[in-house]
Amino acid sequence: MLGVQGDVAEHLSALADSGACGLTVKTPAQLAAVDGLIIPGGESTTVIRLLERFGLDEPIVAAVRAGLPLWGTCMGLIVAAREVVGVEQRTLGLIDVSVRRNAFGRQTASAEVPLEIPALGSEPFPAVFIRAPWVERAGAGVEIVATYAGHGVFVRQGNVMGTSFHPELTGDRRVHAYFVRELVEGKPAAA
Amino acid sequence: MQGRKMANEGQTGTVKVKRGLAQMLKGGVIMDVVTPEQAVVAQEAGAVAVMALERIPADIRAAGGVARMSDLSLVQRIMDAVTIPVMAKARIGHFAEAQCLQALGVDFIDESEVLTPADDKYHCDKEPFTVPFVCGARDLGEALRRIAEGAAMIRSKGEAGSGNIVEAVRHMRAIRDAIAELTVVPKEELVVRARDLGAPLELVKDVAANGKLPVVLFCAGGVSTPADAALMMQLGAEGIFVGSGIFKAAAIVENGVAQYDENGFPRVDPELALRYAKAIVAATLHFNDPQAVVEAHKSLGGARAMSGIDLRSLPESAMLSVRGN
Repeated sequence: MLGVQGDVAEHLSALADSGACGLTVKTPAQLAAVDGLIIPGGESTTVIRLLERFGLDEPIVAAVRAGLPLWGTCMGLIVAAREVVGVEQRTLGLIDVSVRRNAFGRQTASAEVPLEIPALGSEPFPAVFIRAPWVERAGAGVEIVATYAGHGVFVRQGNVMGTSFHPELTGDRRVHAYFVRELVEGKPAAA
Repeated sequence: MQGRKMANEGQTGTVKVKRGLAQMLKGGVIMDVVTPEQAVVAQEAGAVAVMALERIPADIRAAGGVARMSDLSLVQRIMDAVTIPVMAKARIGHFAEAQCLQALGVDFIDESEVLTPADDKYHCDKEPFTVPFVCGARDLGEALRRIAEGAAMIRSKGEAGSGNIVEAVRHMRAIRDAIAELTVVPKEELVVRARDLGAPLELVKDVAANGKLPVVLFCAGGVSTPADAALMMQLGAEGIFVGSGIFKAAAIVENGVAQYDENGFPRVDPELALRYAKAIVAATLHFNDPQAVVEAHKSLGGARAMSGIDLRSLPESAMLSVRGN
């Protein structure tokens, strides 16, 4: 778990439910000790600045390019994306997607949605979107795992995945289990 | 169009969505700003949100009179200037001000004792609002009453604009100690405990079972140095509101007199404000690492924190934290 800012504790408790042992990463040394990295929900503008300021941006890019599994939720998807459309914002470029921030609107448009995710079975997933981004363009190597309102909200490319919504805020652990099973234990090649 | 579509298919304004935004702000610093320029400085420093208001609490305290919701065109300009969430303050119980702020599209409303209360008995019914609310509390009972009214986030009140951390410490300890106590008392005591706290039994049971509030708990009111932020995080705050601490420390003062621009806003040194704000962000992130807090203090380059007030010298009528209960 990247522990710079955001809903870290919620992810740690969901990981424990999924049979994984979660650690908080605030330094490059701590990054070297994990088998997978989740960038939680939070403020992307804030976190990208703090990653730079505390020397975590380059180590994360190097580790993920070398195969470290990565999952970004909401803010984490923005940080991992190739680019943000509409506003000037640096990203780490770890998954070949262009995202639009606050794509559904400001906080008053934030919503809970029963989301169809075929890869997780027929039961809809209780997706919580909070000032959420969506995927505006995806490269050829990117799998769109789920869409909402005509845009990708769950994407995957090799060892990197991103969700616009927050599975850690629900009691449904299927996305955490998917990350542990497919990306951490499955060890896919780096994108 | 897409926003409307989302509202039709999904459910907006749910408890989960409102409390969820506060969860996304955890570990972060929310900074009071009075101009779009200050908001940009706050965002650049790494603030997770800004609080748009007409005057920082230290200036409200100095100016006296009635403090109200900010000029909405100014709030709009602040919303346009930054990509991080924008909060704004409404007077306690002034639900029409809150309705205006929601209609304007702010991301969070602070029903705040820093403004002059509009209702001396009741707070807003926050549940019907789509926008989340944060409210201040001095103890657990007050926190749970606000949550019962629909608050999605609690901040310990402290004493805004005082530059003195003592009230923030008192309130944070009071809340945390009362929570800890509830987790160990026998179940048969909870009804009477709820009566004594003046809080709904269901919420008291929830706190007893989980050992925490059902919403995020930040600290506010008196944080003026990086070490203050580290102190409050170690005492259990999940994030920090800094009101006067940054832009008061960076205020331009000539011959002992604060300087104002042609619009009546205090003039601040933007470079100093940025440095100060960055230092508080760094100390909040690395609150458990004294060496990092040392670096944060050194980065201030000798800049002085705002001058503080000995709260024992203040009459109760001048205390902001006693407003609302």
